[in-house]
Amino acid sequence: MDSLLNPARPPVLCPGCAHERITHTLDQAFQNMGLAGHQIVLVSDIGCSGLFDTFFHTHAMHGLHGRALTYAAGLKMARPELNVVVTMGDGGQGIGGAHLLAACRRNLNMTLLILNNFNFGMTGGQYSATTPADAQLGSGFLSALERPLDIGEVARCAGAPYVRRCSGYRKDLAHLIREAIEYEGFALMDIWGICPGRYTKKNRLTPKMIDEALARRPPLEGIVPENERPEYGQHYRRLAAEQKKVSEPAVIEPQFSAPQKGRQEVVLLGSAGQRVITAGEILCIAGLTAGMQTTQKNEYNITVLRGPSISELILSPRDIDFSGIETPDVLVALDQEGVDRRRDLFQHLTKKSLIIRIGGIRLPHSKARIHEVDFKARGIKRTDWALASLAVLANLNRVISVDMLMSALTFRFKGDTRQAALALVKQLGAH
Amino acid sequence: MSYSLLEGNEAIARGAVAAGCRFFAGYPITPATTIYHSMLNLLPPLGGICLQGEDEIASIGFCLGASMAGMKVMTATSGPGISLYSENLSFAIGSEIPIVIVDVQRLGPSTGSATRGADGDINFLRWGNSGGLPVIVMAPVDVKDCYTLTLHAFNLAEEFRCPVFLASNKEIGMTRESIDLQQLDIPDIVERSAAPADQPLLPFAVAPGKHVPDFLPIGHEVLVRQTSSTHGADGYITTDSAAIARNQERLMHKLLSAVDRFSFHEHYRVKDADTLLIAYGVSARAAKAVFTMQKRQGNPISLLILKTLWPVPQKVIRHAARHARRVVIVEMNLGQYKREIKRILPRKSVAFYGQMDGRLITPDRIKEAVNG
Repeated sequence: MDSLLNPARPPVLCPGCAHERITHTLDQAFQNMGLAGHQIVLVSDIGCSGLFDTFFHTHAMHGLHGRALTYAAGLKMARPELNVVVTMGDGGQGIGGAHLLAACRRNLNMTLLILNNFNFGMTGGQYSATTPADAQLGSGFLSALERPLDIGEVARCAGAPYVRRCSGYRKDLAHLIREAIEYEGFALMDIWGICPGRYTKKNRLTPKMIDEALARRPPLEGIVPENERPEYGQHYRRLAAEQKKVSEPAVIEPQFSAPQKGRQEVVLLGSAGQRVITAGEILCIAGLTAGMQTTQKNEYNITVLRGPSISELILSPRDIDFSGIETPDVLVALDQEGVDRRRDLFQHLTKKSLIIRIGGIRLPHSKARIHEVDFKARGIKRTDWALASLAVLANLNRVISVDMLMSALTFRFKGDTRQAALALVKQLGAH
Repeated sequence: MSYSLLEGNEAIARGAVAAGCRFFAGYPITPATTIYHSMLNLLPPLGGICLQGEDEIASIGFCLGASMAGMKVMTATSGPGISLYSENLSFAIGSEIPIVIVDVQRLGPSTGSATRGADGDINFLRWGNSGGLPVIVMAPVDVKDCYTLTLHAFNLAEEFRCPVFLASNKEIGMTRESIDLQQLDIPDIVERSAAPADQPLLPFAVAPGKHVPDFLPIGHEVLVRQTSSTHGADGYITTDSAAIARNQERLMHKLLSAVDRFSFHEHYRVKDADTLLIAYGVSARAAKAVFTMQKRQGNPISLLILKTLWPVPQKVIRHAARHARRVVIVEMNLGQYKREIKRILPRKSVAFYGQMDGRLITPDRIKEAVNG
């Protein structure tokens, strides 16, 4: 195959830069694989390694510092047939550390070439995540304070199934790059090289010294057997194909008439774990069975099983504008926490308002009529109180009828849950 | 009428799928998470892709990659995630990558209150990018808008190759509402304009009479270049200041010159009404209630509900205000869009009511502002 190098845009790297050598080696690897330009996308980010996409006649996506792996993931998921090759420097590896770890864990079939030259070349030789502590650099004494990162070891621990740490001066580098590209999974090469523009101004580093330094480390030479597993994209597509198609939102045909013709506003004042939100949804569905329009506005804390849980529900024969409630027709006091959170509501209640109060809950003064219930005495679990309060409403023929409620429960629940809910409504109707 | 019961966030997900979106990536954040959950239910069985990024930066990065591969993409977050999107938003603007971004706003600043609503990101969405070039921002009022504006958002992203934001709010996204899906006004679906496939591509060349470059996906037989660098028509970095200036002007002009075509709004005009009330987002619902009350009480006002916020629909605003002596704008923040209203209507008296305490603005508060 022909070279994929772009003759109109030859490398513009400093004389003696390891990147230039790797550019030609990468081209050699592409040629050895017999790849055409359109079968490859080079994804790069910022720094000298970010110039790579311009040197080649391939697809290219060049973006923000450290983010190349994220663009590459989107490209590979959308176009599994593409050979995705990412070039990053040690700088991009540092700023994009979270993406590197995630890419190792994810195992999408792509190749990451880290052109590791131990400093930020383009911006003036500042220290990077791989700078040796004794290096003399543009960032002064700061580089002495941080411990350099072994990218390969990190990648291995993070689950990368193919990791190689090697010198950019190896004679067989084109062969090694080809092996990495052909590996079915996430393949990372930490390729060490010399930055003559910055790093070796004050620090001595030769290919021989790189070999010696590499020899002092535990070898990382490609496949990491304990990390080998199905490739993410293939695995995703296999599991995705097993997922059941979601149906269109169910349409609820009106079949009843609501006990009160006009707009009704109900507030459920409970606490987390009482299934207040589900009860609110059921009240809305019951409204739909009578052709009413509905809104359900909820209020709760970010904690999951603690704190107040409040649902504001409007049922109306006309369009509903404002979805908040200031003067509810019905207030259901399910828990002290909910009542305390919305004490403001009670002062607006009139003689026509109804409060359903679970025994023991303290209420602020109001003009409303209070309907007392003792669910505990009836052996109803606390998690069912919100639902039970709807049964009380229906049995009072207020806002919803028993038919509306039974129909909503049948729509919303299945199997045992449905039977238990319907039984609860019947139990409360018996009194 | 027969209704379904849908949460605003689910309506956005359903609208996205109807628009042809087959790629979603997001990171969990209240109150936007149920968009991600819905997309995770909807997309995989359709052969689509739904991913959870390691953070918001990754989520939008995945989307930009997939969009360049030719897919219609969406991500969803709240204020803290928009902050992390910023660098990639600038990329999408400058390099013309179509993407729909949902901001289900919560009370800020910063991590703020996860389960309280606000419209505090309205200016952030417009100005939170380096370079300051325009974006499209639309604000739904209810569950119907969540569905239909999402369709429009995809159409605009495809047509103009730019990020399009849906500025939702906890009080819309996590509110369930009855919706008659058969009665919606559904637009035709728009696809990005394809470049000729039989010749080399200049990825940012713009044909005469057009404002937007034609597109080919990365992975096509014709090579495609994408870059976040200041580029010429060929997609390579350039130092040609005339070409740079031309491109920046075009990026601004392509949206500003077209906003009249996508100035979504509702205008309830009452002849001889002295006051024009302007609102957007969830506050428009309380404003609508006030409009109805004032009319019933024989003291009518006009009402303008803005659904396209950026670019500013100046023509619509000037037209709606032309007979009003007084304009009242209501916002669920301390006054962000009022600057635009004042700028556009320098000779009108503009009053403002804002509230930023996690509660909905009530009709009573708006009435006080209107009659005060």
